[in-house]
Amino acid sequence: MLALDFVAAIGRLLLGACTASGRLALFALSGLSHIVRPPFYGRMFLRALVEIGYFSLPVVALTAVFTGMVLALQSSTGLARFSADSAVASLVVLSVTRELGPVLAGLMVAGRVGAAIAAEIGTMRVTDQIDALSTLSTNPMKYLVAPRLLAGLIALPLLVVVADILGVLGGFIIAVVKLGFNTETYIVNTLNFVQADDVISGLAKAAVFGVLITLMGCYQGYNSRGGAQGVGAATTSAVVAASVLILAFDYVLTELFFAR
Amino acid sequence: MSAALPKIRLRGLSKSFGDKLVLDGIDLDVAASSSMVIIGGSGSGKSVLIKCILGLIEPDSGTIEIDGVDVLRQDRGKREAIRGNIGMLFQNGALFDSLPVWENVAFGLLAQNRCTRAQGREKAAEVLSQVGLAASVGDLQPSELSGGMQKRVGLARAIAAQPDILFFDEPTTGLDPIMGAVIDGLIVDCVKRMGSTAIAITHDMLSAQRIGDRAAMLHKGRIIWEGAASELMTSDNPMVDQFTHGRREGPIQMELRK
Repeated sequence: MLALDFVAAIGRLLLGACTASGRLALFALSGLSHIVRPPFYGRMFLRALVEIGYFSLPVVALTAVFTGMVLALQSSTGLARFSADSAVASLVVLSVTRELGPVLAGLMVAGRVGAAIAAEIGTMRVTDQIDALSTLSTNPMKYLVAPRLLAGLIALPLLVVVADILGVLGGFIIAVVKLGFNTETYIVNTLNFVQADDVISGLAKAAVFGVLITLMGCYQGYNSRGGAQGVGAATTSAVVAASVLILAFDYVLTELFFAR
Repeated sequence: MSAALPKIRLRGLSKSFGDKLVLDGIDLDVAASSSMVIIGGSGSGKSVLIKCILGLIEPDSGTIEIDGVDVLRQDRGKREAIRGNIGMLFQNGALFDSLPVWENVAFGLLAQNRCTRAQGREKAAEVLSQVGLAASVGDLQPSELSGGMQKRVGLARAIAAQPDILFFDEPTTGLDPIMGAVIDGLIVDCVKRMGSTAIAITHDMLSAQRIGDRAAMLHKGRIIWEGAASELMTSDNPMVDQFTHGRREGPIQMELRK
């Protein structure tokens, strides 16, 4: 009997996971398809774009600068053993554009924006505002979800462009000011090593992360139940799920882009 | 009876969530331009019934006819068109707190592209005056309003698109008795002026008699009594009597614990 219980428990868990991911996939498909089907809510899109893109600038910028700085510092210590100081420039620019720019920006935005979206839509759900939208000839998926998904898709790559520039700048400042690198050599090394592919792959990742963050925020908020506690739980799940998905997709996308 | 087609006709409407049967074969007719009040204890299925008619919840079985059209058998576009003709006042207003009051009121009109934003603003001021609010209220945020004012704005939003059918979910709950009477008065005025058909859910017997032409009582997912709203207090039905007079002892046993 005990063994059977154990199998049943695993089965329940598996079925639950399948149901949840199926629901999420349907939700994502529906939300994304509303992006291309009229009517469009430009006002909602602009609001989301400003909220996700513009207001995330400070936190993403700070994250990027410090990451670039610490990268230069750490790698110079490590690489000095191989007397390859010049490799610092390439290491900073490649790590930032390929990995750290999109991933760290994504994680920061997940904390900021994913939580805010889940809380706002969750509150709308528990106060009947989503039902009210339906009774006023407005599809909530179209009005609430689609504009946010689109804004995430567009805002994150733009944020990562900023993060890339500031990250490299942070590394440059430390290398030149603290480690005494030659300014021109560092710049030449940076430009020589970075290729369009590195930057583009980072931006593509960012676009995917942008959809993941807004999707998890919308999904958790949309399905929240039971008042303040439900909204709190939805907010937590949105941030956790988005963060884990960002790291998982980062691996998958890196495989796709570079493992040939 | 068969002379006039009822505006809303429900037959055998059933819905269960998991094991719990919430609606158990509801039959109900609401005549055009009349008001039906539905009373019943908490958890008797009143809200689910209204949400089924609104299309927010899909019933398991049964039919919902509006103007003789079986709503559940229509395609999506048709259903949305029918639904666009129903206004709803939610229990706690459910105003969009990210939008100013005027945009809340004009929301349905803007969504149906029936006016521009500038016209929507004027229209909102007009509708706000119908519920006794100054046009300047339109520039406030919903969070700045008192409970009674939120109800009025909710009512204004529900009637702005001149719907044929209006639903009210506990319109006087949470208001003081005077404000409750004022809201009831506004509801009756609006329904009569527009000639709408109305369904109201309420626990408030005074409110039920002020708003309703007819009344029905829902208990455990079934309609156990239907009659004129004026007979609510003198129905001679022991269950209705117990409910309307708020007696603790009677045929209805509150399930406090299972």
